[in-house]
Amino acid sequence: MENFLKELRKAPFSAQFGMAVVVLYVFVAIFAPLLAPYGERQIVGAEYEPWSQTFLLGTDNLGRDMLSRILYGAQNTIGIAFATTLLAFLIGGILGFLASTLGGWVDTVLGRLIDILMAIPSLIFALMLLTIFGTNVLTLILVIAILDSTRIFRLSRAVAMNIVVMEFVEAARLRGEGMGWIIRREILPNAMAPLVAEFGLRFCFVFLFISSLSFLGLGIQPPTADWGSMVRDNATLISFGDITPLIPAGAIALLTVGVNFVVDWFLHKSSGLKE
Amino acid sequence: MSKKTGKSEARGQKGDVLLEIRGLKIEGMSGDEWNEIVHGIDVTLRRGEVLGLIGESGAGKSTIGLAAMGFSRDGCRISGGEILFDGVDLAKSSREQQRRLRGARIAYVAQSAAAAFNPAHRLIDQFAEAPVQHGIESRGAAEKDAIDLYERLRLPDPEVIGLRYPHQVSGGQLQRAMTAMAMACRPDLIVFDEPTTALDVTTQIEVLAAIKDIVNQFNTAAIYITHDLAVVAQMADRIMVLRYGDLVEEAETAEMMANPKQDYTQSLWAVRSFQKQNRTEAEEGVEPILRIDGISASYGKVPVLYDVSFDLHRGQTVAVVGESGSGKSTTARVITGLLPPSEGQILFKGKPLPPDYRRRSKDQLRHMQMIYQMPDTALNPKQRVREIIGRPLQFYLGLRGKAKEARIRELLELIELDPDEFIGRLPGELSGGQKQRVCIARALAAEPEVIICDEVTSALDQLVAEGILRLLDRLQREFGLTYMFITHDLATVRAIADSVVVMLQGRVVESGPKDEIFTPPHHEYTELLLSSVPEMEVGWLEKVLANRTMESAGN
Repeated sequence: MENFLKELRKAPFSAQFGMAVVVLYVFVAIFAPLLAPYGERQIVGAEYEPWSQTFLLGTDNLGRDMLSRILYGAQNTIGIAFATTLLAFLIGGILGFLASTLGGWVDTVLGRLIDILMAIPSLIFALMLLTIFGTNVLTLILVIAILDSTRIFRLSRAVAMNIVVMEFVEAARLRGEGMGWIIRREILPNAMAPLVAEFGLRFCFVFLFISSLSFLGLGIQPPTADWGSMVRDNATLISFGDITPLIPAGAIALLTVGVNFVVDWFLHKSSGLKE
Repeated sequence: MSKKTGKSEARGQKGDVLLEIRGLKIEGMSGDEWNEIVHGIDVTLRRGEVLGLIGESGAGKSTIGLAAMGFSRDGCRISGGEILFDGVDLAKSSREQQRRLRGARIAYVAQSAAAAFNPAHRLIDQFAEAPVQHGIESRGAAEKDAIDLYERLRLPDPEVIGLRYPHQVSGGQLQRAMTAMAMACRPDLIVFDEPTTALDVTTQIEVLAAIKDIVNQFNTAAIYITHDLAVVAQMADRIMVLRYGDLVEEAETAEMMANPKQDYTQSLWAVRSFQKQNRTEAEEGVEPILRIDGISASYGKVPVLYDVSFDLHRGQTVAVVGESGSGKSTTARVITGLLPPSEGQILFKGKPLPPDYRRRSKDQLRHMQMIYQMPDTALNPKQRVREIIGRPLQFYLGLRGKAKEARIRELLELIELDPDEFIGRLPGELSGGQKQRVCIARALAAEPEVIICDEVTSALDQLVAEGILRLLDRLQREFGLTYMFITHDLATVRAIADSVVVMLQGRVVESGPKDEIFTPPHHEYTELLLSSVPEMEVGWLEKVLANRTMESAGN
């Protein structure tokens, strides 16, 4: 931890900025119930009230406080995106490592299955699956995680392919180690850097994906506060010159930029490049 | 052709100073700060002269060689001194000026031609690039010139070899093609950075002869960088010995070979002195600990081993020698069970081992350990020494906690590394020799009977390699270990082997006790192998080549 702070102090401004954004979002997400002046689903005024002392950012199409919903939205959107990315990495990573370590027909079968999944445009595929299975949070997470794990499978397989040919892996095999040890102790620690960087990027994509789905009405369902659907619900305000619907959109954009800065810095560090 | 020779004569006479480096300082980035890695070196090079730069890795020889072209690698910078090439200071000249010189008047031949050629272009296209870009000659003329140079460098089919892609020619041919490319503009200076280190001895001798020939023909000055003293003795007129970025000693080659003055130079000269004490031969009728019995194997449909048989006796070292591609390492893969053979079997103490390592018992695996050529890839960079050595202790012997820790320390002491200092280190914090020692400790931890050493010293500096050989020898005496020693370096074989197996193209051509193999009459191939090992003697190269021409003329 101390090392990390030291590193961060030496990091370029963009990375520090990105880190500050990420920390801020996580803070807001965790403490949203304490920070928000009103409840998430509470109707506190008339529809589309302008910015005022009582409602700092006005109210939405049903008369709920915008600011409170943006704060709660952080919790929902980030939480769901994080859980989804984590699940996608578990599925994709484990399958990718297995494919590269076992090789042979396991690799071929998994690879072709993933190819089939990737051949279908993911947004359309997701819309279809969500229409079939319904749009509760659990299905949402599962569907997006499975669709996204295809890319993680490809990455982790490629990364692990370069590691399994190393002699220390051969040494472990000749020692008689099981598959679990080889993947966990020999391969995973050496594959961490690119995977962590990918985690950051994937998180952004998942986050945007959920927001797009919500905007289309198949993502996180009302009355749960979520930035994507908040943009849609209040979009009409734009034509009256009110910028309120841009605020959740801006929140999405800012987090994406912040995470990317952090990822860039991390990649730069782990690649060992100078200057 | 004559046009160009005329031009370079007009530039200066043999004996004129071509390159003068004064007080060269180079800094390298490590962590976040610049450290000086070359501390004020002076070099004077005359036209037509070959200067040998020798030293261990980290001595700064490549860095200085590149600096002679006004170039520094990423993470390095020239921080002081002058590099006067024909009157132009390369340390201060503009990029544009340097570009005009490089390729045209200064050329570079890299250690690994395979990595230095662009795999997507034909050899002749890459040859023609520099002369055409520099406006020296037309594409057509460059191609004619390429064929001429290919012929002079004794490449097979000089007319058409340029039409091939880099992967379609052998390593030795590629290295010669690279030398031809460096010669394309008839430069005044060529920097050779370990051009033969990656080659087999039999190929090395051809490349050396070709380089020497062509440098003489065109009166080119050259800087020849190598860590191999015997090679530098053949190539250089003058030698500079470097260490930690400082000059240790400089003298004419003959003088330097005859009486090196500095202690360090003497230690480099004496490095090949190690000789294992001869032991009694294995008794007749005693069962060998490991018998390789008529092994044939193939990669897919390509056969690589044909009926390979030899025995390993307890406490002995069997050296398996041969060029790259002769099947030495494949034999090791068959023995360890990574590549099940198509015919034949491996007998351990008279009992056949399952051909696939996955079917072998923990104990069978434990008795046979492996030490690899590249300690960098043989150690997991994310595991500390404690875990690397501790794992086989726990896995095979079930040691845990204090007992395991104590044994790890014992093993570290055995391999002459201070336990307190090294037990918590990552492989990245060790030197090459230390890494190889940790690999040895890992093998020892399993308490094996047989250790297969695959080129364990070829990636190391000579002094370090010597230390490893001594250590292996001591451990063998202490624990009665049996070694199978795979190597292409006959000097190593002389030093440590009890018996020798010579392999060629997947077959055993000769095998027997060391003294028998090294005493004439030799098998034809063994003879070629033995006569190709450079000796520390000025004029050795010419002598061998003359002998060979005489023999082939006689035939």
